[in-house]
Amino acid sequence: MGFDIRMPIGMLFTLFGILLIGYGAATNGSAMYAEHSLGANMNVWWGAALLAFGMAMLALTRLQRKQ
Amino acid sequence: MRPEPHLIDYTIILLYFAFVLAIGFVLKKHMKTSTDFFLSGRSIPAWIAGLAFLSANLGAQEVIGMGASGAKYGIATSHFYWIGAVPAMLFVGVFMMPFYYGSRARSVPEYLKLRFDEKTRGFNAISFAVMTVFSSGVSMYAMGKLLQLLLGWNFTAAILISALIVLAYTFLGGLTSAIYNEVLQFFLIVMGFIPLVYLGLRDVGGWDGLKARIANDAMVHSWKYMGHSKANPMGVEWFGMLMGLAFVLSFGYWCTDFLVVQRAMAADSMTAARRTPVIAAFPKMVFPFLVILPGMIAGVATSPRVHGVMVEKSEVAGAWRQSSFFTGGKGIIPPKYDPAGKPLMADGKVVLDYDLATPMMLVRYFPSGLLGLGLCALIASFMSGMAGNTTAFNTVWTYDIYQSYINKTASDQHYLWMGRASTIFGLGISLMAAFVAKEFNNILDVLQLVFAFVNAPLFATFMLGMFWKRTTGHGAFWGLLGGTVAAATHYGLTLPGGAVAGVKGGYLGPILHVYPSEMAQNFWTAIFAWVGCFTLTVLISLLTAPRPEEELKGLVYSLTAKPEEGGLNWYQKPATLALIVVVLLLGLNLVFW
Repeated sequence: MGFDIRMPIGMLFTLFGILLIGYGAATNGSAMYAEHSLGANMNVWWGAALLAFGMAMLALTRLQRKQ
Repeated sequence: MRPEPHLIDYTIILLYFAFVLAIGFVLKKHMKTSTDFFLSGRSIPAWIAGLAFLSANLGAQEVIGMGASGAKYGIATSHFYWIGAVPAMLFVGVFMMPFYYGSRARSVPEYLKLRFDEKTRGFNAISFAVMTVFSSGVSMYAMGKLLQLLLGWNFTAAILISALIVLAYTFLGGLTSAIYNEVLQFFLIVMGFIPLVYLGLRDVGGWDGLKARIANDAMVHSWKYMGHSKANPMGVEWFGMLMGLAFVLSFGYWCTDFLVVQRAMAADSMTAARRTPVIAAFPKMVFPFLVILPGMIAGVATSPRVHGVMVEKSEVAGAWRQSSFFTGGKGIIPPKYDPAGKPLMADGKVVLDYDLATPMMLVRYFPSGLLGLGLCALIASFMSGMAGNTTAFNTVWTYDIYQSYINKTASDQHYLWMGRASTIFGLGISLMAAFVAKEFNNILDVLQLVFAFVNAPLFATFMLGMFWKRTTGHGAFWGLLGGTVAAATHYGLTLPGGAVAGVKGGYLGPILHVYPSEMAQNFWTAIFAWVGCFTLTVLISLLTAPRPEEELKGLVYSLTAKPEEGGLNWYQKPATLALIVVVLLLGLNLVFW
């Protein structure tokens, strides 16, 4: 009904992904990664995962529309 | 020690709020009839309904509560999922949805009216409406308290803002808005908690490392120690667990609670409706890893901060054997504090604040940025529960109470208006309940007790109604009442070990039995309630006049045609999917035996 829910989900996660990757890149090497995420820059890593998920959702929306 | 969310974290949360509101706004123009508003026009695809089915139930209490139980009882907490929720979800999808969906009932109470009579519907509608709106309030209270404790956010502001956002999107877009947002919330919760489990497990050395640190075999096995109630931390033996939790309580909830059944009723076809709970079962099976593991890890995790101060790595290494993060705590789980600021003691042992296990994990392992996502996932889980309660309430109020007893002949537009109005006052009542809970904590416990008594016998009534054509309205009504009384009576004559008579039980005077734990008492109360309801319903049904069979077509198993599955692929057949889940379940139970 209405619209494909995959679109806002895709948009939101893509935005989250971009935000986290950007923030992670800007704060790379900060002490907070050693304190929290065992030294790994989880913002960049998980941001990439979110971005991938978001884009996959948007791709599915596109495919659905083509049908 | 208290985390400082940065701008990035707030940005993430605000973006989420903006999206859920936008979804509500976009859907407003599609809400033309009451069926659109309350049942999404019965047009929701199975995968969406399935994820919403799961997510509507996933409230604060599950995410936080399962973490707390994981910290207290270990992997045996998975029973709530692997022998509780999942089998119940399969059952309602494969066997009960044909009656819920086929009868064209617009709510669970309405099915009872069609199958039995008005007084059974009334009893269920009123008790459900009260319960659901107060449960929402209790959930709000839990969330407000948590956000205040964890982040220093103002209690009133936190719950008002969340309530207003939920109000906005359910008012505008009805059930569809709630469902779409629940799907969004599902993905948020999953994407928010996966990194938490990953980091936590990496830190403690994987499952084997976790087992070594916990150093208590009963916490890492789900069945091995269930032979005797004294052998495991839950204080329950396998029979009480299977009959009490799995059969009565879980089936009672997943098969009769309109909050979840509503999402399946909104599906776009009979097979979609039957597949909805089965589709939900797949991710539900995996949730123990997302919500229970963090709790288990919290009890043995360490932090580079000791008593709030960053310390050298070498100093931290041995510190996990003692509670280093908080004086008197365990791992990163803090103790409960008394008003003087000292750790609360009971029986010479520190009382731990287990509800903080999962939130402290978020705070410990997530840097700013990811922390925003984690908090967003937590808030999303609260909001999805709230929205579930709100949409269930406004439907039962409008159709089963208002339309049935107050105003039977108004236009559809009037009922649509009432749906919107009841969304407002329903949330208003929940908010009041949240504030009352803040002032009078014991009221919470009393309320939840009463709800448990009312819920326990429900499954017996539905089971007899759907599978035995001889069940009558009188039988159903008195059975329900009797089952509730049986629950209250059993609870009033027993106590869990170490408790005093009062809200924990034993209020009827003589204590006939002392259970090893509260959980055991709850499970056995449920069993007594179910047996009481079942027996009474059967007896009274046999003594009263049955309904003519033509009236019961489509409402009872023996008088309904089997659902058509002719043109479906194997992966679209509900029973086939359910079988796959069962096999996977057996596997999971074996792995964690």
